[in-house]
Amino acid sequence: MPRSTVTIQRADFDLGAEVATLRDGDAAVGAVAAFVGTVRDRNDGSAVSAMELEHYPGMTERAIEAMVDEARRRFQILGARVIHRIGPLLPGDQIVLVAVTCSHRHQAFQACEFLMDYLKTQAPFWKKETTPDGARWVDARQADDAALARWGLPMDNAG
Amino acid sequence: MRVQVRYFASLREALGGGETVKVAAGSTLGALRDQLLARGGEYARCLARQRAVRCALDQVMADESAALREGAEVAFFPPVTGG
Repeated sequence: MPRSTVTIQRADFDLGAEVATLRDGDAAVGAVAAFVGTVRDRNDGSAVSAMELEHYPGMTERAIEAMVDEARRRFQILGARVIHRIGPLLPGDQIVLVAVTCSHRHQAFQACEFLMDYLKTQAPFWKKETTPDGARWVDARQADDAALARWGLPMDNAG
Repeated sequence: MRVQVRYFASLREALGGGETVKVAAGSTLGALRDQLLARGGEYARCLARQRAVRCALDQVMADESAALREGAEVAFFPPVTGG
């Protein structure tokens, strides 16, 4: 039975431990693809010293679980794990983990990229970053909308 | 009928976390946005038609044609920037 879990949390996560749990001795797994997003110290022409992640409690989990369900319909996923942090973060901190297990690598790579493209444009989080000129909300990128459209999901975000 | 409206991110900073709003039966999400816009001030600035505002109905992304019902939870927010 395929397993998946989505967790929204303030605490950091351990990539190795999460992958080990996801694999859980399932020898049908031939491929693990994992993506970790981290906080950069520059964005949109300014230095960034800190970031705050806001979210829509309840909707965030549901939205990402629906994305994992869609990924399962498209790809032969054996397991999936998504962790997204909220609250205050610093440059270099981990923000998000998307990990999937499949029998073969093509499906694993595709599923991982699909989930990240989907999450970037449809999961209700908002980043506020601190720059030398003060705090500002991060702008959504049209390139992310384009990435989602390539999967046949023409949903607007950036507008 | 009454709906629960929630705001997030820059909309929350300008308009507060949320409020209960009375709308005509059969209203759509778009009609609610127009109603809030008509209040003027920060509502007009934040919810202006030229601005990219996304919405959710009962915690699922929705477009403005969605029909509201009594007690629905509606959220307005800027384009999302997670990941």
